[in-house]
Amino acid sequence: MTVIVDYGVGNLFSLQSSLRALGVEAEITCRAERLREAERIILPGVGAFGDARAKLDATGLVPVLLEEAEQKPLLGICLGMQLLFDRSFEYGEHPGLGLIPGEVAFLGEEDEARKVPHMGWNSLEILKDDPLFKYFRNGEYVYYVHSFCARNCRDSTLGVSQYGNAAVTGVVRRGNVWGTQFHPEKSGDAGLRLLRAFAEL
Amino acid sequence: MLAKRIIPCLDVRDGRVVKGTNFEGLRDMADPVELARFYNDSGADELVFYDITASAEGRGLFTDILRRVASEIFIPLTVGGGIRTLEDFDRVLKCGADKVSVNSGAIVDPAVIAAAAKRYGDQCVVLSMDVKRVEGRFRLFAKGGREDTGIDAMEWAARGVENGAGEIVLNSIDTDGVRQGFDLEMLDVLAARVKVPIVASGGAGNMEHFAELFTHPGVDAGLAASIFHTKQVEIKHLKRFLRGKGVEMRL
Repeated sequence: MTVIVDYGVGNLFSLQSSLRALGVEAEITCRAERLREAERIILPGVGAFGDARAKLDATGLVPVLLEEAEQKPLLGICLGMQLLFDRSFEYGEHPGLGLIPGEVAFLGEEDEARKVPHMGWNSLEILKDDPLFKYFRNGEYVYYVHSFCARNCRDSTLGVSQYGNAAVTGVVRRGNVWGTQFHPEKSGDAGLRLLRAFAEL
Repeated sequence: MLAKRIIPCLDVRDGRVVKGTNFEGLRDMADPVELARFYNDSGADELVFYDITASAEGRGLFTDILRRVASEIFIPLTVGGGIRTLEDFDRVLKCGADKVSVNSGAIVDPAVIAAAAKRYGDQCVVLSMDVKRVEGRFRLFAKGGREDTGIDAMEWAARGVENGAGEIVLNSIDTDGVRQGFDLEMLDVLAARVKVPIVASGGAGNMEHFAELFTHPGVDAGLAASIFHTKQVEIKHLKRFLRGKGVEMRL
């Protein structure tokens, strides 16, 4: 069973529907025992980092997530991916879950000319092959919408997208923990294939 | 590289898709769910649903339709029409919308932009504007383009972005429905003013109009309705055509 962590942020309806379209029943839950029983966990999220972190803390699930990430596949999506890192500089400084070394910073910092948010379909360049890309072809387009981006995480980066004069961290992995900055549940067929590969991990 | 987006817009009234010329003389066109499926298969990059009668008559949004679309189509969905309050945002986001477009609602209560951006993030808030030239100025119109607000449209856009709008849909009333091409002049003025993605709307008549549009680097997406609904322009062909012209396209 796959569970989607419900901590009060994000479009869980689309995520659950996209998994259902793949024949994967995913349960939306905020109960610790469901996370423990699950085969794999998805951590979604949209909005601001500090607010999301506070909401996640309020569920009491953080220790469970940290524990379960040792034993089963965990996928963070968009803000859910950003939460996996050590810290974020979105409106102040906020601690992340520390599951992947690196930090989250404003997209406009490296290249002031590019528009923020980075919104739309961008091609994903695979840097390291991975089981997550089992059904995904190098260069396929995925849907991004974000204003902050992971950096200083080269060792964990599996894929990037070029935006303006700099690369945006697209996919990361460390051990059992994966993250996508883009929304696979909104990336059409290519995104569904990525979710399918995750569901088979 | 970030691709330019092609967005069909589904103006919905009474559960049906309609599109008129200059917002008048609406014609029934198709079932929204079926049309959404068709566009997804055709390679549309995003879908926009506007409840076009909502701001005039206070109709509720067609959340059932939205839910049905969102449960089988996995590309971004934007919803607009009659969005006035945070509760309106909440209602459509729960039904699977990714972005919510405010137009007249923000004119009545500009604070809704900042409040929604704070709660749902900038990326979720789309400022949609109907703009028309009045005495040589770009003037903001309300209520589906029927009412001159007297507000300078470019000022309005800049203020909206400051308050947290993450994208702007610029619909030129001057070119809407006329099919003579997008309002490039108006779009350029806007692009020089704000640094968020800009969706061009109003005036697409053929594939060349999109090619022309994307030679303007400040424009991120082209939105149209009737030419897609009537299959006068097929999105699949359009995107190949544009890729052939050197425009970054998701094929």
